[in-house]
Amino acid sequence: MKTSIILFPGTNREKDMAMALKRVTGHDPALVWHKETDLGTPDLIILPGGFSYGDYLRCGAMAAHSPVMKEVIACAERGTRILGVCNGFQMLIETHLLPGALLKNKTLKFICKHVNLKTENGESEFTSKLGKGSVINVPVAHGEGNYFANDDILHELDDNDRVAFRYCDGNGAVTDEANPNGSTANIAGIMNKRKTILGMMPHPENATQDWQDNKSGLLLFESIVEALA
Amino acid sequence: MKATVRIMLKKGVLDPQGKAIGGALHGLGFEGVGEVRQGKVIELDVPDGTEEGRIRDMCEKLLANPVIEDYKVELEP
Amino acid sequence: MTNAAIQKHNHPAFNEPDVTPALGAEHGLNEDEYNLMLSIIGRAPSFTEFGIFSVMWSEHCSYKSSRLHLKKLPTEAPWVIQGPGENAGVIDIGDNQAAIFKMESHNHPSFIEPYQGAATGVGGIMRDVFTMGARPIANINALRFGSPEHPKTRHLVDGVVSGIAGYGNCMGVPTVGGEVNFHPSYNGNILVNAMTVGIAEHDKIYYARGAGIDQPVVYVGSKTGRDGIHGATMASAEFEEGVEGNRPTVQVGDPFTEKLLLEACLELMSGDAIISIQDMGAAGLTSSAVEIADKGGIGVALDLDLVPQREDMMSPYELMLSESQERMLMIVKPGKEDMARVIFEKWDLDFAVIGRTTKEQRLKINMYGECWCDIPVPPLVDDAPVYDRPQGHYPKPESIDPIAYSIPDGSDLHSVLHTLISCPDMASKRWVWEQYDHLVMGETVAEPGQADAAIVKAPPLSPPQAGGIKGGKALAISSDCTPRYCQADPFEGGKQAVAESYRNLCASGARPMAVTNNLNFGNPEKPDIMSQFVGCVEGIAEACKELHYPVISGNVSLYNETSGEAILPTPVIGGVGLIPDWKKSMSLGFKAPGETIILIGETKGHLGQSLYLREIHGLEKGPPPPVDLKAERWHGEFVRRLIDEELITAAHDISDGGLLCALAEMAMAGNRGATLTIENNDPAFWFGEDQARYIVTTKDPDALLALDECKAFPVMTLGKTTEFDLNLPNGHNISIRELKELSEKWLPAYMAA
Repeated sequence: MKTSIILFPGTNREKDMAMALKRVTGHDPALVWHKETDLGTPDLIILPGGFSYGDYLRCGAMAAHSPVMKEVIACAERGTRILGVCNGFQMLIETHLLPGALLKNKTLKFICKHVNLKTENGESEFTSKLGKGSVINVPVAHGEGNYFANDDILHELDDNDRVAFRYCDGNGAVTDEANPNGSTANIAGIMNKRKTILGMMPHPENATQDWQDNKSGLLLFESIVEALA
Repeated sequence: MKATVRIMLKKGVLDPQGKAIGGALHGLGFEGVGEVRQGKVIELDVPDGTEEGRIRDMCEKLLANPVIEDYKVELEP
Repeated sequence: MTNAAIQKHNHPAFNEPDVTPALGAEHGLNEDEYNLMLSIIGRAPSFTEFGIFSVMWSEHCSYKSSRLHLKKLPTEAPWVIQGPGENAGVIDIGDNQAAIFKMESHNHPSFIEPYQGAATGVGGIMRDVFTMGARPIANINALRFGSPEHPKTRHLVDGVVSGIAGYGNCMGVPTVGGEVNFHPSYNGNILVNAMTVGIAEHDKIYYARGAGIDQPVVYVGSKTGRDGIHGATMASAEFEEGVEGNRPTVQVGDPFTEKLLLEACLELMSGDAIISIQDMGAAGLTSSAVEIADKGGIGVALDLDLVPQREDMMSPYELMLSESQERMLMIVKPGKEDMARVIFEKWDLDFAVIGRTTKEQRLKINMYGECWCDIPVPPLVDDAPVYDRPQGHYPKPESIDPIAYSIPDGSDLHSVLHTLISCPDMASKRWVWEQYDHLVMGETVAEPGQADAAIVKAPPLSPPQAGGIKGGKALAISSDCTPRYCQADPFEGGKQAVAESYRNLCASGARPMAVTNNLNFGNPEKPDIMSQFVGCVEGIAEACKELHYPVISGNVSLYNETSGEAILPTPVIGGVGLIPDWKKSMSLGFKAPGETIILIGETKGHLGQSLYLREIHGLEKGPPPPVDLKAERWHGEFVRRLIDEELITAAHDISDGGLLCALAEMAMAGNRGATLTIENNDPAFWFGEDQARYIVTTKDPDALLALDECKAFPVMTLGKTTEFDLNLPNGHNISIRELKELSEKWLPAYMAA
């Protein structure tokens, strides 16, 4: 499986992502500078977390217009799998590869804590090893992860089984208390219609190593590896 | 009536956001863009006849950070 | 260049004032210092020259009040690679790796503009560390605010915490721990002390020293504006009430640019182009150029026209004194300029060759076709005044009779515990650290609150290693100080700050290696304040010597006073320890029911200056607990041995709030209870703050208690861990859930009010 992690000025969770991938695949993913205009033919493109362009203007907005993104969009159209986490999710929204918007957290504060996620779609290539209804515990670390979508988009997401994860409590109950940032319908991650693109605010890559709080993020990466092997 | 408050960083205070936006515009091929500065616009619905001084008071106390920001008040009757 | 030619530039273009003794006084130079400057220059100085002298001889840059006493601190050990004097200190952590760290204050700017003040403080200390070639792997910070009731406190807490989060999170360096305390003495003068720890390979450590003759002087980073001119002098003067309004020169931090600067510097540093490097912090271009010149025994000739500038018509004075952030000065190997330029341009940063080093040890500055400054370099550093400021008579506090401070009627151990656990100093700081990204980089082993120290892995720098396959070393980091102890007895208080730091690292399984300190005090020209300073420094020196725990970097912040009111003496100790294998790091929470709880160290019941006395009786009274450094060392080594031999399952040092609060913290962290079997109703036993004590839990008490140390040291079995609740033998049944609610409630409720 060939993986490319795209680096923007201000990206800062590329190493976390590389460690997670190395753990499941045994080899280092390629790190690709945002000024590249030829991505080659990766099986998986990752838009990692961080503060691309300082999160200035709107999170992910300037990265969404950088040269490499034209190529990412072209790959997306060809069906290349794309995973955008945190700032990467914000970029996927800004490029309109995924619908909706990400607003400031309802607390107006940056929030870094462990959250529980309920797997809503357990059949996609990103989630097959998790299974529908299963709960994983991974951290969030963001200031603008409050997912907003209007009713049309929400229906579209639900009707097509495009919601990957919702924030929930330890027992899998989707409650207001379990919602860390005010996201509409507790949505933490969504996919495109073809289920080739996943964008999510939480950081599965930070729940993959022995010294980390837990390793439940590994299942997500193992799902991708199994699907693309 | 409506009051509009326009808040900008004071002249000479570094504006990291403006700087980054300018850089990105340049990267997109928009040549000839000079300095870019980013600010905030706040619209307030206030009772008719509100004095500008009152809005300025709001700016000094809350809306602007007078240590680093300037503001401009516009009143629309 | 004639003298007259230099002087003529005082006025015309920039409306610069005449250089007079009165102007000297305004800029913090007293009469003697002013005259010394005149005799060094040998003629009337230009305004630019005057500005350079006044800032280099400011307290902030010259340490003129503190230098004499800082010499008392032990700074050497076989594992110390670089002690004080460079951008940060360096220790050897094995495998060709070094840990580089320092703590620095940004107190005054944070009081004026809390968000930007704290943010640029964090940016500055990270720059100190990566200037030396290290990748920052952890930030911690020690924050001290005024009374929660003071009208400004809430705003300051909110701004400072957001500022630290805004900068650190964007940089992608985890903020993993620290301290937050409240006391009315900080009402007009908060403390924001930020510490960064980085790692580098031994052969990739960079210093300010080492520049030679005729080498290019390179400026990189952001452009220079008129930010924070004379910040160093501001940090060297007391506040006056009402000065808040007229401060035009707040610096705005740009963490995005600093992130680019970090990556560009490390990319360049992986080669061999840099000879010498210094970040532009306080006193900006002046201090960086002077440091490089002085340490290299050379001079520097600068052409300021070439400095990247953000504003029009800046004067040489402004360019030399600006404190614009995110800038570095370096000396590059001749011929490597273009290679370096390519790297900085890749990262969209300014890069300019702005001068050359010279054989003659002078600082020469040209701009607009003329010379503005031509002064000798060594006197700027060597002739900076050193003062042996008079000390006052600082009486030792009288001891108190603990009998007089029994639990008040209507209260009991249970309610006292509730009061202490929810008081502002002890209450959970989750509201703070959840705003900090404490997980980025993926190497965080102990998150805030899980262990006595923050623990992060120190991975090989390249390439990123797949995790979980084998063990790897980790660093434990802690910041500590108990200012009320220092106020009562500066010497014992200084010792205690070091001892607590040492304990926090030992309890985390780390060998304490070295410390950085941040010495925050009031006006040193007042004899009592000077006594506090000297007492604390001597206490720190004694403790660091006895514990083989050298001071390798630090920062002094004086004049922390507002309208004559000084802060409590606050010498913060930032300690770093080494854990050879992260799997042998230790956390503080109870792990499972049925384990035996053991107390190591003697409990005499010292109530003087205790939190109990302050919160329950409203008194800050008596002597602080005495610190027996031999006991600290023995007990610390013993606890480390217990961790290494896997004989214990949790460890926690006893500090604020004493034994019962420490037990409660272990219970809350582990979500377990305990049944205690010690019959004692004396508050001095449960809440006394005797030093050199640890609580540990073990599955195998027989093996532990059979160790020789348990015969040599005071060791006591306290009881056993349970599934729920903390049970005291006198019938108190304390709900852990309730304790947690109390502990977690205070700060969010306060901030929401």
